[in-house]
Amino acid sequence: MSPLRPDGDDWIFEASGTRWVPVIGLEVHAQLATRTKFLCPCAYEAGAQPNTQVCPVCTGQPGALPQLNAEAIKLAVRAALALGCDVAPRSKFDRKNYFYCDIPKNYQITQYDQPYCTGGGIRLASGRFVRLNRIHLEEDAGKAIHDRGDVTLVDLNRAGVPLIESVTEADLQTPEDAAAYLTALREILIYTGASSADMEKGEFRCDVNISVHPEGEEWRTKVEIKNLNSFSNVQAAIRYEVPRQILAWESPDPADHPVQETRLYDVAAGVTRSMRKKEGEADYRYFPDPDLPPILVPAAFIERQRSLLPELPAARRERYQRDLGLSEYDAGVLTLQRAVADFFEATARLSGQPKEACNWITNELLRALSGDEIEATCIDELRLKPFDLSELLGLLAAGKVGGGAARQIFSLMLTSGRAAGEILVDLGLEQIDDEEQLSEWCREALAGRASVAAEVRAGNLKAIGALMGPVMAASGGKANPTRVRELLLRLIHDAD
Amino acid sequence: MSDWLELDAVAWRARATQGGAALCAGVDASLAAIASLDGQVQAFAVNLADSARERARALAQRLDAGEIPGPLFGVPIALKANMCLEGVETHCGSKLLKGYAPPYSATFVQRVIDAGAIPVGMTHMDEFAMGSSSENSAYETPRNPWDLSRTPGGSSGGSAAAVASCMVPLALGSDTGGSVRQPASFCGLFGLKPSYGRVSRYGLVAFGSSLDAVSPLARSVRDIEQLLFVISGADPRDATCCDLPALEPGSGDPPEATSLRIGVPAEYFGAGIEQGVRETALAALAELKKLGAELVPVDLPHTSYAIPTYYVVATAEASSNLARFDGVAFGQRASGDGSLQGMFAATREAGFGEEVKRRVLLGTYVLSAGYHDKWYGRAQRVRTLLRQDFERAFEKVDLIAGPTSPTTAFRLGERNSDPLAMYQADACTVPTSLAGLPAMSLPVGFTAAADGTQLPVGLQLIAPALEEARILRLAALLERATGAGSQRPPLAAGEFS
Repeated sequence: MSPLRPDGDDWIFEASGTRWVPVIGLEVHAQLATRTKFLCPCAYEAGAQPNTQVCPVCTGQPGALPQLNAEAIKLAVRAALALGCDVAPRSKFDRKNYFYCDIPKNYQITQYDQPYCTGGGIRLASGRFVRLNRIHLEEDAGKAIHDRGDVTLVDLNRAGVPLIESVTEADLQTPEDAAAYLTALREILIYTGASSADMEKGEFRCDVNISVHPEGEEWRTKVEIKNLNSFSNVQAAIRYEVPRQILAWESPDPADHPVQETRLYDVAAGVTRSMRKKEGEADYRYFPDPDLPPILVPAAFIERQRSLLPELPAARRERYQRDLGLSEYDAGVLTLQRAVADFFEATARLSGQPKEACNWITNELLRALSGDEIEATCIDELRLKPFDLSELLGLLAAGKVGGGAARQIFSLMLTSGRAAGEILVDLGLEQIDDEEQLSEWCREALAGRASVAAEVRAGNLKAIGALMGPVMAASGGKANPTRVRELLLRLIHDAD
Repeated sequence: MSDWLELDAVAWRARATQGGAALCAGVDASLAAIASLDGQVQAFAVNLADSARERARALAQRLDAGEIPGPLFGVPIALKANMCLEGVETHCGSKLLKGYAPPYSATFVQRVIDAGAIPVGMTHMDEFAMGSSSENSAYETPRNPWDLSRTPGGSSGGSAAAVASCMVPLALGSDTGGSVRQPASFCGLFGLKPSYGRVSRYGLVAFGSSLDAVSPLARSVRDIEQLLFVISGADPRDATCCDLPALEPGSGDPPEATSLRIGVPAEYFGAGIEQGVRETALAALAELKKLGAELVPVDLPHTSYAIPTYYVVATAEASSNLARFDGVAFGQRASGDGSLQGMFAATREAGFGEEVKRRVLLGTYVLSAGYHDKWYGRAQRVRTLLRQDFERAFEKVDLIAGPTSPTTAFRLGERNSDPLAMYQADACTVPTSLAGLPAMSLPVGFTAAADGTQLPVGLQLIAPALEEARILRLAALLERATGAGSQRPPLAAGEFS
């Protein structure tokens, strides 16, 4: 690895008296969450048996023609609006011609000079604004599998799945910028329902363009890095590549200087390696696809989609802190998934107790989802609904149930889907408020614990815990602790 | 049996629907004619006799069970070898696609079958429809039934030869720049290229996607009308297909021609048009005038740019459409040096014929970076000018008429060495293809070749977009008045007795 270290937060590198500035841009392919493929009616689910989700269109049979999936346009428009892009009233599809065995027509249907949207961008938490140059629609390729001996196998299940490719301006400078941008983009795509953006399933794929130049000088040759299948790999690749380029430029031999090329990130070795050198711009012989008429997106459609946009995570986080008094950390946890945030908001609204709702969701509910006591792994699969949780919060607030019993009820609600009130009655977990009963237990506890009572009387209120314990035990945990405490204090002072 | 062969499709259906036995007899007659004549004519690349007999038996049963017969019930039909019929070899005249059988049927093929027609074979053609004589093929060359030493035209030469020799009453061809109209003209048939978007292209192996038109060939106007009715109409599988209902056949007698204004473009009668063709076409126009039509001179000033424009647009699209033939999935494969790119190159080198290679290279060149605007971009702009030529002309007239082809059927081998001369065969047909307009070639007479052989001449009628009905009505009028298209080549006539 390079001995170069960035000079401060700006990620400017000092080398031999030159201050080198990295320039980074990101290209993200996100799979749209349509039920069927982009240009044919095939369903698509990752992980199916090879070549079982195919038809004459997505296998490129001679004579077959593409049929545009309107759902893809809708989702793409939603993503664009959430990112502040301008949606073009008219755009078209082009053919990108190149030969490879995973692309059955040997051309990809994409958008070249008239993408469906331009502009927009994302403001990062650091305050940096990353501008989007454009987003366009295109079909995915299949998969070529080369590691099965002498043959290359081709799986066309993924061929024809709709993608949006978003391209930023080169507005990023650090690995942290890149991770923050990708996190925010992914979050927005998930929130708008445009994409599930599951990186492990290849639904969210990122390429990084990097160049470096001496501060104040013109930008230099950019290098594209591919094969980045996690945000940490993106950061690691940038951390490797920027110093590599600086050292390469520092070489007195021009043959060592960076060239325009595509490099692959080798995860195991933690380095980037040259994949192919570009001899000028590859010639894809783009031309408008004569099989697909232009897409017309009426203003009314755009406005309708805009009105359907959910509140985005950044806005929600701000509102949770400002209006509901939650901590930044809790607001972050709640908005990580749209379904959790929606669950939280419904519970808070129904119960009128946002902080308690937050505590129960972040502590109990999310822990239960990540554990294996229940089958559900995401909040949508739960039988417990916001109304049920709000009912439990109501019982707690009204003092009908204690904290320990409430947790017991909660876990039964998760597994059985039954209402809190019902479980409470069934298990006899109602908190005991009955003055006579409580007084009796308190007197029993005081009997033989005169020294504790004396300590309390002397002003050590904490000592009362030693009396509370036996009362709670006697009540099977159901005694209302607030009332018990009051009674104990009264009894102790009355004994004066 | 043989008296079936003289019937047009409408009459054939009427007779076949009298009963299951008649229906089967009709199909047998067609199959027998193919067995007897196709050795000479070489129209068919794939013979579907077995499946045709089977289909006939099934239809006969349904008929005898009381089913209401569809509009082409029991009618044998020939399909061009670039049309997808599930499980049947569709080699497109190419060595590369030898053995390729599509896993699906074209929309128009399915519609024809649903209407009760019986495919009896797939016909020879120029490889991937690139040619005007059907000689650019890895397989047999079809012959013109009027003179077996001559071409039936191309690229739908096999389909035209099959109908002209009366082996079938109906055929489908594809017309990208004249590939149905010119063979219709050479073989004395009616051949209609519908408006772009009138008929779904789904299942037609693409050559020039913005030009390709599935097109009927027949021996009567009413047959064209019937077949067009069956294959036209909206199809969600083709985004370029108009969202219009199928074109209903007109009813009753054709109207009088008195109200019609027919445009006559000087550009279609100029140099390059053979004397005999010009005279026969002019005689047909005179006949129309006699019927009461008004002849009006019109200008189509950009006509001379049509051929170069066509050979830029069509080849550009073809270079991309044919890219999928690389040895991976379809037809034949040559392994080359064993690398992936090596296999692609070797497969295409061995699998494509000369004309296809020429056009793929041309199309690749006109789309390449730096030349794209100079060639492809400019061609698209000229295409707009050509369309505007027609729009302006149609402000003054209802239809435009001229010769379909500058020549009558030429001898096989005569033009093989000169691709540019071959390209000129399309001079009168490509303008309408580029403009997306409907146009029909109808047989209007004969002229003697140098050796004295009488050869058919076709008149082309052109209408504004989606106005096929205008063409069909005028053609029916001329057909009734002059008996146009009623003559049969001696070769076929021999089969009738």
